[in-house]
Amino acid sequence: MRGQFVLSEIFTGLRRNLTMTFAVIVSVGISLALLGSSLLANQQVSAMKGYWYDKVQVAIYLCNKNDAENDPQHCDRGAVTGQQKREIEADLKKLDVVEKVYYEPKDEAFKHYQEQFKDSPLASSLTPDQMQESFRVKLEDPTKYDVIASAFGGRAGVQEVQDQRALLEPLFGLLDGMNKAALFVMALMLVVAMLLIVNTVRVSAFSRRRETGIMRLVGASSFYIQMPFILEAAIAGLIGAALACGMLLLGKYALIDQFLAEQIQVVNFVGYDAVLQQLPWVVGVGLLMPSLAAFLTLRKYLNV
Amino acid sequence: MIRFDSVSKTYPRQARPALRDVSLEIERGEFVFLVGSSGSGKSTFLRLVLREERASHGQVHVLGKDLGRLSNWKVPQMRRQLGTVFQDFRLLPNKTVGENVAFALEVIGRSRGQIRKTVPEVLELVGLGGKEDRMPGELSGGEQQRVAIARAFVNRPMLLIADEPTGNLDPQTSVGIMKLLDRINRTGTTVIMATHDQQIVDQMRKRVIELEQGRLVRDQSRGVYGYQH
Repeated sequence: MRGQFVLSEIFTGLRRNLTMTFAVIVSVGISLALLGSSLLANQQVSAMKGYWYDKVQVAIYLCNKNDAENDPQHCDRGAVTGQQKREIEADLKKLDVVEKVYYEPKDEAFKHYQEQFKDSPLASSLTPDQMQESFRVKLEDPTKYDVIASAFGGRAGVQEVQDQRALLEPLFGLLDGMNKAALFVMALMLVVAMLLIVNTVRVSAFSRRRETGIMRLVGASSFYIQMPFILEAAIAGLIGAALACGMLLLGKYALIDQFLAEQIQVVNFVGYDAVLQQLPWVVGVGLLMPSLAAFLTLRKYLNV
Repeated sequence: MIRFDSVSKTYPRQARPALRDVSLEIERGEFVFLVGSSGSGKSTFLRLVLREERASHGQVHVLGKDLGRLSNWKVPQMRRQLGTVFQDFRLLPNKTVGENVAFALEVIGRSRGQIRKTVPEVLELVGLGGKEDRMPGELSGGEQQRVAIARAFVNRPMLLIADEPTGNLDPQTSVGIMKLLDRINRTGTTVIMATHDQQIVDQMRKRVIELEQGRLVRDQSRGVYGYQH
């Protein structure tokens, strides 16, 4: 295989179809940027769910020694005692609606917090002592939160009973909806990109039918005849993928770092490592899909 | 070299077969004229030899291979042993004469050194020595056909297929092209030439195969055109 020959063929082809190539690059770029954002949104959701979200529904936060001052309404008698904890646990296990009870001591709470907020300045300012002990309760029926709330809400040593689903569900619902919308638009753009590639390759194959006809006659292999067309599509796809990578990094910088992270400090946003993790997927899809589309088109229009 | 065993070819969506029950054999080193009116099956015959088409019935053997059983990916290898020339030359207008010939070697992966050595040789052979850097558009029809022949022959094929190579040329130029094909034939390459040119066939006195409505109606060594217009 003569590399120089193939390369010159490719760039002639790309130049000849400059407008079409541009359209391919932009549509591939946009669809891949959406793919990347959707992957990132998934990561964002799982980062926000933290350690307990998928395992339990209700958290019973117990008073720690600081809460006597911070929250005198619930914790006027100071930190929870061992006796109180044993009673709460026993009572929880007696309830029919409770499927499972986890106890989370301070140092574990601290560990999970550090994991979840490892990128945030909040994490480094905390000590294990400031964390609350808690019972994490898994219910047979997640909607029966009220039973727990009324039974343990005002109890000595309990600071707060929290229905975690109620707190985060609307947000996740929104994120999930946006995610699905992004995936839908991505699929649509990808279809558009593929159709553009099919058309580009068709035009390309037509304008070079003389060359390919001669190649066939003198016994060039199908691989050799098809290679320039496929590489043409792959290069356009690659440029599109590079565009998508740029958009993702720019989005992370401009939208998340400069805007969202300033506005909403309690949420731990995905970091650059998460963004970088998505880029190989973006590039992979950007190379593969156009090549495949070109290959399938050639089977139909090049008659090799 | 070439053997047809009861070959028929019917194209899709056409009731009448383009070739009907044709059997013949062409030996190595022969020069064969293929004659017949338009639509008699000459082109189909050549397309079957090139394996652009497969026979509907019967077997086509070329260079010892049963083309009906030859898998698609082996076809390019087979075609490298054939050379093809057409009425309309089929040169690349944006490449020089030398590049046109070199193209045939480039696309089958020959080395640059080999190409540099072979291309001038074959251009010399077809009588175009020194015209390597001219564009096809600057050449006469006869010269363009010589370039096409050079391209077909540069790979030293066992078999040269010419589909009305003189169809676009005046009689005098045609004689020159025939002399060239004859010379190529004398190097041992089998030549099959489809033609309508009565004068040429009558002059050359080579084997003549005549098709009529897809049937083989005449196979005569040292024949004449004989077909009445």
